[in-house]
Amino acid sequence: MANMNLYSRGDKTFVVINMFLVAIFTLSTLYPFIYITAVSFSSGFPAASGEVVWKPIDLTFAAFQRVLTDSEFWISYRNTFIYTIGGTLTSLAFIIPGAYALSRPHLFGKRFWNLMVAFTMWFNAGMIPFFLNMRDLGLLDSYFGIIIGFAVNGFNLILLRNFFEGIPSSFEEAARMDGANDFQVLWKVYMPLSKPAIATVALFCVVSRWNGFFWAMILLQDENKLPLQVYLRRTIVELTGDEEFVSSALTIPYSVETVTAAIIVCSIIPVLIFYPFIQKYFNKGILLGGVKE
Amino acid sequence: MNATDLHQPKQFAPPSRLIRIKDHVRNHWQLYVMLAPTIIWLITFLYTPMYGLQIAFKDYSLFRGVSGSPWVGFEHFNTLFDNQQFLRALKNTVVISFLSLCFGFPIPILLALMFNEILNQGFKKTAQTIVYLPHFISSVIIAGIVITAFSPSAGIVNTVLEYFGFDSVYFLTRPEWFRPIFIGSSIWQEAGFSSIVFLAAIAGVSPTLYESAVIDGASRWQMMWKITIPSIMSTIIIMLIIRIGNLLEVGFEMIILLYQPATYQTADVINTFIYRQGIQTGNYDLAAAAGLFNAVIAFILVIAANSLAKRYSRTSLW
Repeated sequence: MANMNLYSRGDKTFVVINMFLVAIFTLSTLYPFIYITAVSFSSGFPAASGEVVWKPIDLTFAAFQRVLTDSEFWISYRNTFIYTIGGTLTSLAFIIPGAYALSRPHLFGKRFWNLMVAFTMWFNAGMIPFFLNMRDLGLLDSYFGIIIGFAVNGFNLILLRNFFEGIPSSFEEAARMDGANDFQVLWKVYMPLSKPAIATVALFCVVSRWNGFFWAMILLQDENKLPLQVYLRRTIVELTGDEEFVSSALTIPYSVETVTAAIIVCSIIPVLIFYPFIQKYFNKGILLGGVKE
Repeated sequence: MNATDLHQPKQFAPPSRLIRIKDHVRNHWQLYVMLAPTIIWLITFLYTPMYGLQIAFKDYSLFRGVSGSPWVGFEHFNTLFDNQQFLRALKNTVVISFLSLCFGFPIPILLALMFNEILNQGFKKTAQTIVYLPHFISSVIIAGIVITAFSPSAGIVNTVLEYFGFDSVYFLTRPEWFRPIFIGSSIWQEAGFSSIVFLAAIAGVSPTLYESAVIDGASRWQMMWKITIPSIMSTIIIMLIIRIGNLLEVGFEMIILLYQPATYQTADVINTFIYRQGIQTGNYDLAAAAGLFNAVIAFILVIAANSLAKRYSRTSLW
């Protein structure tokens, strides 16, 4: 920061108070994660009676054991990977060539095609027509439906188009002189130059796929196709009224709370592993491309 | 020089239109191959549902399909505006969006200003890493955390209340608590990440402004008020306009996860109403009418927001 050396003695109180407030905000962001982790490693009874605050009480792995031995958990975990990887690759296969074409000044009907993309960002037919359309297309309850049905996103398309537009056209001209066609210009010149932008779009896709739950909940019936998020929701809803927990709270080493917390911890871990990569890119400010000039 | 010019045959008279088109197709047909999948996708998955929106004016039957169902004019809209549940959902949508705007909008700005005043880079980086994190966590997990933390017997919130001698409250069944919990959890999730835009704007402020202010003996507090805030005002205004444009987009996925019949009176918004009427009950035409109403208002807001933003920044938002 440029003004780092500009700080005078009179500002000490201000700086200290500010740091204190930021620390409080940061801790209150962090606390729910600590709390959930503590609950997940606690025994059922202390967790169910609200004794857990900072650290696990009667440390046990029982909740994790229950979650990790549930075959549905692993099936849903696998499905989430299928949707995330398949969905992201599909999105990129549509978006990269599409954005490149839309960025070319000599594309015939450029204004029209761009307007067609932008209009989908302003006006959305909504949940019901989209659902009925998916049903008419025969894409209910299928892996393919989830992967293809959400492949293109106007925001990502425009973000990448803006990036391609920002690359000087002399690059294309030089490649053309060497006899490259449009595919080769994109593949050999524009894609290597756009790695950070493509990575940003890919990360957006990964995050939204990994976290997506609403449409998966609506479009999928088959339990073997559900992603992790839907499995998590069903578990929370179902466990809350489950006899097994209500009648035998004292005899089993886990409770609704600890099992829910254990699933939450298990589904956050991949995000935490992936997080440093995400950060590397959003610090570059590329994601502001849609907003900034 | 334009890229196409390179491929034009060298001649003194401009080539005829037909020759130019043939030339363009020969050189650039691949562009259209690249564009086609995206356009076909948009037509199949986004424009076809727009055609399907006509069921808002039809007595839709699954058997007859979109085109075959008979027209009923504005009947569904009349039904909606006589329907107490819909009116309640409309009111809740407006109230929740407005409250989210009032509480959710200033906090990221404040956070960005506070981050900017931190001199210890290690502390700053750690704090930023932590506050951005919840943005990347799914709403199901956030809801799971909220449900656990606010549970009447097990939750930490009630443990704390009881410690200070208050009675425990079953928060998620109380209509008066729904909005604070919903808005609070969305601030917890998004405030940090939303501050990035403002931090980027602050980073763009010219350091010479601060240098000359220091020579004039300004304190950091004064510099924040007199330099930083005025410098990022245009970003603040643009972000505010964007927020207003998306006013109706309350996070209904989160609401579906957190609400229950006991809290419908303060929690039910248009999108959750559509979900129950359409997906769960099967009143597709009525739900589509509610969706169309929502989409038209949203469209007007977005267009208004965009033209306002153009006026302020001479750049549109897309």
